[in-house]
Amino acid sequence: MYSPAVLDHLANPRNGGELANPTARGEATNPVCGDRLILTFQLSEGRVERACFLAEGCSPSIAAGSVLTERIQGLTIAELQRLRPRDITEALQPLPRNKEHCSVLAIDALRAALAGCPNAAGPPTESTEREALDR
Amino acid sequence: MIRKVYLDNSATTRMDEQVLAAMLPYWTEIYGNASSTHQWGQPARQAIEEARRSMAKAINAQPGEITFLSGGTEADNLAIKGVAEAYREKGRHLITSRFEHSAVLATCAQLEARGWHVTYLPVYREGIVRLEDVRAALTPETVLISIMHANNEIGTIQPIGEIGQVVRERREAGQTHLFLHTDAVQTLGKIPVDVQALGVDLLACSGHKIHGPKGIGALYVRRGVRLESQMHGGNHERDRRAGTESVPLIVGLARAIELAVGALPERMESVRQLRDLLEEQLMRRVAETSRNGDPVRRVPHIANLNFDFVEGEGLQISLDLKGIAVSTGSACASGSTEPSHVLVAIGHDRETGRGSLRFSFSKENRREDVEAVLETLPGIIEKLRQISPRARESQAVGAQAPRRLEIDPSAIHRGVSSVRK
Repeated sequence: MYSPAVLDHLANPRNGGELANPTARGEATNPVCGDRLILTFQLSEGRVERACFLAEGCSPSIAAGSVLTERIQGLTIAELQRLRPRDITEALQPLPRNKEHCSVLAIDALRAALAGCPNAAGPPTESTEREALDR
Repeated sequence: MIRKVYLDNSATTRMDEQVLAAMLPYWTEIYGNASSTHQWGQPARQAIEEARRSMAKAINAQPGEITFLSGGTEADNLAIKGVAEAYREKGRHLITSRFEHSAVLATCAQLEARGWHVTYLPVYREGIVRLEDVRAALTPETVLISIMHANNEIGTIQPIGEIGQVVRERREAGQTHLFLHTDAVQTLGKIPVDVQALGVDLLACSGHKIHGPKGIGALYVRRGVRLESQMHGGNHERDRRAGTESVPLIVGLARAIELAVGALPERMESVRQLRDLLEEQLMRRVAETSRNGDPVRRVPHIANLNFDFVEGEGLQISLDLKGIAVSTGSACASGSTEPSHVLVAIGHDRETGRGSLRFSFSKENRREDVEAVLETLPGIIEKLRQISPRARESQAVGAQAPRRLEIDPSAIHRGVSSVRK
């Protein structure tokens, strides 16, 4: 039913937990299925040094949170802003079509974190807006 | 090598070798059409009638009251639509429960769309229909009550015998066109099933839940009950079900019933011991675990447990990766995770019903199967609870949080390599 990547992240979630003093914290809930994802990350010298996630939901939601924490490692704020659901989906392929919303949940949590992140002040870039529509 | 553990016997079972052996000659040697009057057809006819006698005896019925068909779903369809249509002039009201199998619920919905009225009885936290609700729902227009003998997800046994008594009383009072149907797919061969003691007019059963073949089932129809056929094209099965009979499947069904009913006390005791051991140990070892449904009035082969703060779907897939098959009542279909209609019927909502698992046993299970689950599942739950926001929030407010949730996040986030494969 699920790809080896989803099964691997379910069996071995990467970076599970919540950082005690994160630079940013973002939470997202899927109103349809109730899945929840919380992302915390720590910046050091402008790049993500550590990231953790908490998730409750179906297997792809947990896998999406786990992939997200790996994917954002070492990225700058500008690079985080350019991440899209597709970047998560690609890491979990093949993902059943009705599960692609799980990668949206992960990116929603990231955007919620960025919204409250002091280093990421200012409106989203034009490309971010376009990408948001893309999903 | 990983021990493969199959604990999804309420979904289907492995066919018994003796059943297979009984069926084999009817594929290649005795292959005639049972409707043919020649020497190829007649042994096939004899096999079907012998199977009918055997099955009738097992449920305390007469052979002429047994109709063979494709399975439990068709049996429910024929019983409900067949009676509703045959007695449409007497009344268009049916009574069922909220947590029937979809074969019953979807059939009732189909009749509703065609002008019948259906009352869906509540089953409460214990998962059992109440007699006073049945009495209150009855009207002079009621032609059929369809209540399952035992629920397929949580295993609770319904008071069919008592409902049968209510039906008898109504009939004696003049409502002669009132009938009682029960879906016994989860009970025949699992607990005693006697159509006279239950007082049912119709009873559905299936082969593959009791180590018989898939694609075969039967409907008991008490003599004198009229049914409108749902399949047209021949006079098979007393005009109730057109289509050439599948002799091997019918022989297999009868043999499976014979074996199951013949060994009923031993099989019941064996699965009950394993089920109780699993339940007791899981509830002891895993905090925030509860049982779904009445703990006493239930079949011996089903355990349905709810593990707070985690998703049944993730548990089921994680167990599958370890070679253990169970099923979950919170299926995530079309992007929406909802508890099953059964869990909703016993009072769960989207949050509380998420973490349910059904373990269903058969004669093939051993103590080692239970031990494999006990060695595997608590660790899986613990790991998923460590990343569950709700588990942490529950811990933060101190609401009887499981002690094992007191974890250091930094230890978890580096814990990838320490996870045992």
